[in-house]
Amino acid sequence: MKIQILGTGCGKCDKLYQNAQQAISELGTDAELEKVSDLSQIMAFGVMTTPALVVDGQVKVTGKVPSADDIKQIIQ
Amino acid sequence: MSTAETQHFSILSVFTKLADWIIYDLCGMTEGDRLAGSLHFFIEDTTKIFTLLIVMIYIIAWARAALNVERVREYLSGKHRVFGYVAAAAFGAITPFCSCSSIPLFLGFTQARIPIGITMSFLITSPIINEVAIVLLGQQLGPEFTVCYVAVGILAGVIGGAFIDLIGAGKYLTPLAAQAANHTTAAQHAERVKMTMRDRHEFARDELKTIFSRVWKWVVIGVGLGAALHGFVPKSFVIKHLSAGQWWTVPSATLLGIPLYSNASGVIPVAKSLIDKGLPIGTALAFMMSTVAASFPEFMMLKQVMKPKLLLIFFLLLLTMFTAVGLIFNLIESAGLLT
Repeated sequence: MKIQILGTGCGKCDKLYQNAQQAISELGTDAELEKVSDLSQIMAFGVMTTPALVVDGQVKVTGKVPSADDIKQIIQ
Repeated sequence: MSTAETQHFSILSVFTKLADWIIYDLCGMTEGDRLAGSLHFFIEDTTKIFTLLIVMIYIIAWARAALNVERVREYLSGKHRVFGYVAAAAFGAITPFCSCSSIPLFLGFTQARIPIGITMSFLITSPIINEVAIVLLGQQLGPEFTVCYVAVGILAGVIGGAFIDLIGAGKYLTPLAAQAANHTTAAQHAERVKMTMRDRHEFARDELKTIFSRVWKWVVIGVGLGAALHGFVPKSFVIKHLSAGQWWTVPSATLLGIPLYSNASGVIPVAKSLIDKGLPIGTALAFMMSTVAASFPEFMMLKQVMKPKLLLIFFLLLLTMFTAVGLIFNLIESAGLLT
């Protein structure tokens, strides 16, 4: 599984990255976590409000920071 | 006074009583003491504002839970221009929006072939008008002033956006933005999200948490500064140096406000206390608008999509618009049309 965090480097994006990291380690799945801060890549996902959470190329959450528990439910 | 009004006042007087209790009973300070007066003012105002904010942010977030920028984009694309500016500014006022998203939003709108000016209308009005600003203005400066502020905020977006299109700003975009304009992936159809009561509650609760944790410090700082100005800056100083007679005070206030980074919650209580001291309302309005509408970090972000020339034009445009607003309102005030 590949999880991507889209964001231009604001505080919320870091928070989302941490939450995703926590969710992955708590689930014990082996998912690849990646930060995407390049604007043209973010645009390619059609996302307009950052941060956004992408799982296997699919945009799941935009414009807010879901908690680690929320993320667990999304990726399970 | 009608019953409704009486009731309204009695509800808000809870905060006066709370401050009475904390200052005079709990801390044992004496009434009439200067410090006690300032502290009383501070506690009464912050508790009142906090309560109003919590209630209003929750209610508004609840109501707009299903509105998102994707739907705004779909609505705006392909609309007539003149209508587009007004609609974009109006959406800017009601859509929740964080300035850290302004660049992806700019590119996303551009991709959907929405003219740059219409996007700018959205981006100009968005930070000026929000529920926090409205609560604070209504509480501190009254409904008349609040209506003027909202009208001017929307008008600034409309005029600013139209001007950007008029000068053909498309020429002054960075390659990144120009690429977005050519890369016309038709805006994906935005799903109309079905929201249950529970979804709305959760959304409103999250919004409340996010917005409140961001603004409470500013309210404390703003009210604190306002209280300090109230107690320690003599009225004669403001009238002598910052009155409407000196025309240059308006552009200077705007110029000072643009790079200054604050949001509405910090600047409104300060403006209120300066207005009480005799600062002309136009000057106050110009300063408030320029402080919240633009900031140094905002310009740094816009640099990614706008060439320096367009950034400069945008800066001068804001400066001119807010200065004009200030001068017009000072004129109206000195003509005695506003009380």
